[in-house]
Amino acid sequence: MLKTSCSALLAGVLALHGIQASAQETMTGAGATFPYPVYSQWADDYQDAKGIGLNYQAIGSGGGIKQITAKTVTFGASDAPLKKDELDEHGLMQWPMIMGGVVPVLNLPGTEKNSLKLDGETLADIYAGKITHWDDAAIADLNPDVDLPDTAITPVYRAEGSGTNFLFTHYLSQVNDEFADTIGEGKSVAWPAGVGAKANAGVAKQVAETEGAIGYVEFAYAKQNDLDHIRLRNHDGEYVEPSSDSFKAAAANADWSNAPGFYLVLTDQVGADSWPITGASFILMHKQVEDPAAAKRVLEFFDWAYANGGDAANELDYVPMPENVADQVRDSWGDIEGPQGESIWP
Amino acid sequence: MHVSTKRLASSRFAFPGASDKEIRILKRNALIDRAFERSTQAFALAVLLLLGAILVSLCVSSWDTLSAHAVDFLTGDRWAANMEMFGALPAIYGTLVTSLIAVAIAVPVSFGIAIFLTEKCPEILRRPLGITVELLAGIPSIIYGMWGVEMLAPFLNHIFPDLFPAGSGLATAGLVLAIMIIPFITAISRDVMLTVPPITRESAYGLGCTTWEVVRGVIFPTVRHGMMGGVVLGLGRALGETMAVTFVIGNNLFFHPTITGQGTSIAALIANQFPEADGAQRSALLALGLVLFLITFAVLATARYMLNRIERRAA
Amino acid sequence: MRHYTSALYRRRRFVNRCAMVLCLLAAFFGLAWLVLILGTLMVKGVSALSLDVFFERTRMRDGGLGNAILGSLILTSAATAIGTLVGVAAGTWLAEYGGKSRLARAVRFINDVLLSAPSIIIGLFVYAVLVLPMGHFSGWAGIAALTVIIVPVVIRSTEDMLNLVPTELREAASALGAHRWWVVSRVCYSGARAGIVTGILLGGARISGETAPLLFTSLNSNQWNFFDMQGEMPNLPMTLYQNMTINSFIPDLVNLAWTGAMILTLGILILNIVARFVSRQSH
Repeated sequence: MLKTSCSALLAGVLALHGIQASAQETMTGAGATFPYPVYSQWADDYQDAKGIGLNYQAIGSGGGIKQITAKTVTFGASDAPLKKDELDEHGLMQWPMIMGGVVPVLNLPGTEKNSLKLDGETLADIYAGKITHWDDAAIADLNPDVDLPDTAITPVYRAEGSGTNFLFTHYLSQVNDEFADTIGEGKSVAWPAGVGAKANAGVAKQVAETEGAIGYVEFAYAKQNDLDHIRLRNHDGEYVEPSSDSFKAAAANADWSNAPGFYLVLTDQVGADSWPITGASFILMHKQVEDPAAAKRVLEFFDWAYANGGDAANELDYVPMPENVADQVRDSWGDIEGPQGESIWP
Repeated sequence: MHVSTKRLASSRFAFPGASDKEIRILKRNALIDRAFERSTQAFALAVLLLLGAILVSLCVSSWDTLSAHAVDFLTGDRWAANMEMFGALPAIYGTLVTSLIAVAIAVPVSFGIAIFLTEKCPEILRRPLGITVELLAGIPSIIYGMWGVEMLAPFLNHIFPDLFPAGSGLATAGLVLAIMIIPFITAISRDVMLTVPPITRESAYGLGCTTWEVVRGVIFPTVRHGMMGGVVLGLGRALGETMAVTFVIGNNLFFHPTITGQGTSIAALIANQFPEADGAQRSALLALGLVLFLITFAVLATARYMLNRIERRAA
Repeated sequence: MRHYTSALYRRRRFVNRCAMVLCLLAAFFGLAWLVLILGTLMVKGVSALSLDVFFERTRMRDGGLGNAILGSLILTSAATAIGTLVGVAAGTWLAEYGGKSRLARAVRFINDVLLSAPSIIIGLFVYAVLVLPMGHFSGWAGIAALTVIIVPVVIRSTEDMLNLVPTELREAASALGAHRWWVVSRVCYSGARAGIVTGILLGGARISGETAPLLFTSLNSNQWNFFDMQGEMPNLPMTLYQNMTINSFIPDLVNLAWTGAMILTLGILILNIVARFVSRQSH
């Protein structure tokens, strides 16, 4: 009985493997977690509209670059753009797909909501473990009107490598040299003190549950959890509120047409209304694709997302790319060629 | 017990009256015999090779780290991938501390349950309770992790805000691990305690011993090694556990000599960083995997040695 | 009557009472946590339970767990089938041919080590030998990882069960002229069948809940995957993990994760109970 049931199982598995359902057309992509909510929402909407599914695995920006280099996915996604020479080395091209802002959030009962002001320098010192209590002189100086409690600060950060980490540490490294030397920018960073939580959602939850906690999340997560956020001093010395408007103000500075390979990081932008930790998330594809049909499917999806994805993006508090940038990106797709050198777009 | 069929079949003298056909059948069966033995042996050897393959593949893929900075790797006090600093100390410390906390909590509780089950439990409850414990040992570890982060961490934070300012930490992870290995150690201890022959037990009671005296003076000394083996197997489980730990350990990659504070474990660090890792970081994470494998290997070898002693005694 | 009231007797009785109360407390303490966990699982799990959970694929809104459940079934049953083949064969050799030889002792020891090796290490191993050369995550890699985990379980139970078959049975069959392979496959297996099946079922229960080895091997997918083993295979444990982490900003998906956790646990409990039932049949 043992032998028969076992061989029946094996035979069954092998036979069914032969069938290989190919009726369903799907696209595969992998990478950044920062834009994951909006990509997934687009994917669901697109599947409802066109019947073509997208399996987007949020394995992280580094994983996305790794997967697209190995040609195991049709597109990769990364929050940290690749430099022009890195792109050329692997025969890749990239373009910005969506923008958003990273927002420091806190949980400090006794202070008025959204009233606390910080500058990048102080924020970096908090995360470097140098400022350990909320009534520290550095914080008090920036907030003369606020009665600060002596609660201990618990910094909350991302446990895994992430593009959000990259944007946040990129900004802190720009405004605080000591931070740049001791902790540095990157997707995986070792923080001297505090708690590492999984993903944006984990950070938001941890901050909400921990008195005295400070964290940084993509804006959608801050709003959704109704978290108290910080007003951050930008490059022009103004304290700004995080909002789609201040993200757009920062994004307006972006000169995509003069950025070779769309390489542009949007932190610490000039402008009185600019939110200092704004970033774009990027899509990576091969210039020379092996499966033109799959590549075209993916491009059609992105084309659709530029045209129809704005509402879903706004709803989740991302900033859709402006129409003129979308057109630039569409133009750049002309460089993508099939195996015989034929252009696959439009 | 078996006479070699090969020799029988090949020798006409053994079966002077056998026909050619009979000898052919004998020969064919002898061939099947050998094929059967060889093929099953091949599968057994595959197991041996498997362990070798695991060790070799981990060594090869982590060679960059091991050959270039083995010392820095083992003594470094922080794991900062962005600065290419790969110090395994925080992860090794976290792994050991969480596992020891888990064992320290789980052992007295499990032994208590096992003593209760074997000595004091009413006959009607004995079987259902025993089965419940065994079933609980089968719950997947991710469930313990989910429960830890949703229920236990906020609870600890609420009750002891000073000790657990964020709920998560090494002690929280240790507690989740303890709850996870309690059914496991209980099941083994109970089985081991049941190997004590009833006659030994009854004689001790007959001399007027109390239950506790029987347990301490008769049962424990007899099955000491077996129970230790069970404990060490539980320890091995705790050392390598990933999912129950990542959610609640706090994931701080600096070395802090703390018990209730945040830290990380080898398995948690691998689970968090491996998907994103590349180049030097991936090699360092694989080296970390090798370290974990060697630690558990040593622990499990000890456990096996102890359990084998009890098994020999039981046999 | 004196010794009943002596200090020594009172002390012994006192110590015994204390010890027994502590044991009882330990039993309550241990079981209380477990009841709490199961209680949480049921309460949170039932809330999102519906038929859609089984027939819808995972998606951001209004999704289910159908593809993940199917994927888990595929991965688990394929790994169990391969593991059965390898495990029963190797276990047979250990019990019937290996005996006390040095090779058999080595295999037995290594098997015990593998039996409790950290599952994340198995995941790393399969990643290094399968995923890297193939260049992508796949159902095959997931099956390989789970097979490596189930094989030692099956080997152990097969050997133990074959050892329980009385030597007299083998001798009787041999005396009747049966060849060794016939003795093993007809006499020994039929005697040990229930035990071996139990071991296989328990192994299947164990691997169906493993998450760590799938992290770097089969990964996960939000699409239905009908036996495309080259592609990522959706599975329940990874879906729970993702819903509790990257997806946890959507309350519905967290609820769905608890429902999935309940389904997974119930499935494993049922497998365990069936295994117990099978082994009871043999006695």
